[in-house]
Amino acid sequence: MAKKTVQNVLDSSQFKSLVAKRAKVSTLLMTLLFLLYYGFVLLIGFNKPFMAQKIGESVTLGIPLAVAVIILAWLLTLAYVVWANAIYDPEVEKLRGQLFD
Amino acid sequence: MPPAAEQAAVAIQTTLGKPTVPSIAFFLIIVVITLFITYWASKRTKSAKEFYAAGRGISAFQNGLALAGDYMSAASFLGIAGMVALKGYDGMIYAVGWLVGWPALMFLIAEPLRNLGKFTFADVVAYRLKQTPVRIASAIGGILTVLFYTIAQMVGSGSLIKLMFGLPYEMAEILVGVIMLAYVLFGGMLATTWVQIIKAVLLLSGVSVLMLIVLSKFNFDPGALYTAVADQYGQAALEPGGLISSPIDAVSLGLALMFGLLGLPHILQRFFTVPNAKAARVSVLYASGFIGYFYIIIPIVGFGASALIGRDIITKIDKGGNMAAPLLAEYLGGTPFLGFIAAVAFATILAVVAGLTLAAASAISHDIYAHVIKRGKATEKEEVRASRIATLIFGVVAVLLGILFKGQNVAFMVGLAFAIACSANFPALTLSIFWKRFTTAGAVCSILTGAFLAVGLIIISPTVWEDVMGNPKGSALFALKNPAIVSMTASFIVGWLVSLVTKEKTAEQMFEDEKLRTYLGVGAE
Repeated sequence: MAKKTVQNVLDSSQFKSLVAKRAKVSTLLMTLLFLLYYGFVLLIGFNKPFMAQKIGESVTLGIPLAVAVIILAWLLTLAYVVWANAIYDPEVEKLRGQLFD
Repeated sequence: MPPAAEQAAVAIQTTLGKPTVPSIAFFLIIVVITLFITYWASKRTKSAKEFYAAGRGISAFQNGLALAGDYMSAASFLGIAGMVALKGYDGMIYAVGWLVGWPALMFLIAEPLRNLGKFTFADVVAYRLKQTPVRIASAIGGILTVLFYTIAQMVGSGSLIKLMFGLPYEMAEILVGVIMLAYVLFGGMLATTWVQIIKAVLLLSGVSVLMLIVLSKFNFDPGALYTAVADQYGQAALEPGGLISSPIDAVSLGLALMFGLLGLPHILQRFFTVPNAKAARVSVLYASGFIGYFYIIIPIVGFGASALIGRDIITKIDKGGNMAAPLLAEYLGGTPFLGFIAAVAFATILAVVAGLTLAAASAISHDIYAHVIKRGKATEKEEVRASRIATLIFGVVAVLLGILFKGQNVAFMVGLAFAIACSANFPALTLSIFWKRFTTAGAVCSILTGAFLAVGLIIISPTVWEDVMGNPKGSALFALKNPAIVSMTASFIVGWLVSLVTKEKTAEQMFEDEKLRTYLGVGAE
């Protein structure tokens, strides 16, 4: 098979959909991160009594929520890595193969 | 839970501020090991690629630890523990903000940065733009960020070392300067990376042990710890207090913390030390895991200190609460554990300042000397020599500034560093990677707007105008404590508008080819 030129790869629908897919995934994850963190900050800003309500003897709801924001933010990075390893990397390999074999 | 008599005993018996055998022994062990590593690294640090980027031979796991090491400063360890101890839940809200930049770094720029860059983030900004103006502007943004961060670290370190070891402030500054210069000058990025790794492991394990002993005092029931805090200081200690009084202020600070990370030169430079984009990606996962864990357990240490030591004693030793964690360590593990924690805090300071110095030196030698003065024609030997000279100069300047700002209120400088990073460096970096129409003029104007607005607005904000300069409350001309929401937005808008009116044909053409490198890593160094 003839080697594809750089232009061929750039114009290919495969490459374009890869770029679009990455943009979609990162936009989605950024949106979730924004909702998570600024949601937490604004909840404190606008509804302190909600965060201050007791859920145990003295533990307030705000404490587990703060921990949850950190854990969920980390899970979002994990989601990105799992996606990139499983879907993004194989497609990158395929496209690179078209250029170099 | 602890009887008052026990609390009083802590105050009398503390050896904090006196050099003890364990603290000096631990400190010497850390210094000897890190200098030995520096010697080992120096034999592997000859080329520019080795000096700036550790030969790109750092693994994802190692880089994850090193990133965490660069980011977890003594200020965040001692400062946030103290803030939680004295202000309760507000300290916890603050801690959360320090993690959320990491996912954003991953989603937006970690992989393109690795694929496009060589040694500094300016490589990426200037990739398809005119080298001289963009390099100068990027270096201004980068060096300003690093400079303010360094001043905050140096001033903090002088007072912390004085509090922990009883060493005179000026001596502490010079000691930090000399040891960290040895790391960077001789061992370059390789030694700096290993210093970060060692420091991260020590810090994470030290704080973990501290947390476990605290929890053991409450039968491993966090609820009992919180009840003990509430019993002494009222339920308010577990509720949001005055930190988020104005939502816009809180969002502006949040933006600075989140996107400032994406413009910190010493963090960004770490991505050039790994072999490829995949390793860059995985290293962020490790880093955010370590950092997230750190910010989850630090509040337990802080609450533990307020329950077991008491706020009165903590503020008696240091008004800002910085000694909460060391005092707790001494209470729980005696002088040896205090010595260990103090030595770890010292190692933390050394490592962070070393990373900052390397980043500043790289901007001076790689961006200014090699690309602007020598027009990209410097030989490798010349560039490495220039970077060592730049390291030395920046190190000496850091020590002098540390001494000059002795006793000044410099806490705002960390916020300022993050504000400049997110306003000057981050917009130009992302626009250059993702927007085809971005031009040289757009980049320069965006960077300068961000940098000057961040600095200017913070001067007329309550943080500096009232708290530092002592003007009356309410006299500040700019209402927000952190200007990020205004300065970052302005930087994006200026970059966008100026690019629209200055078309740059070659930059647009190169954007298409650049995509191959951004997304596939073709041609990445």
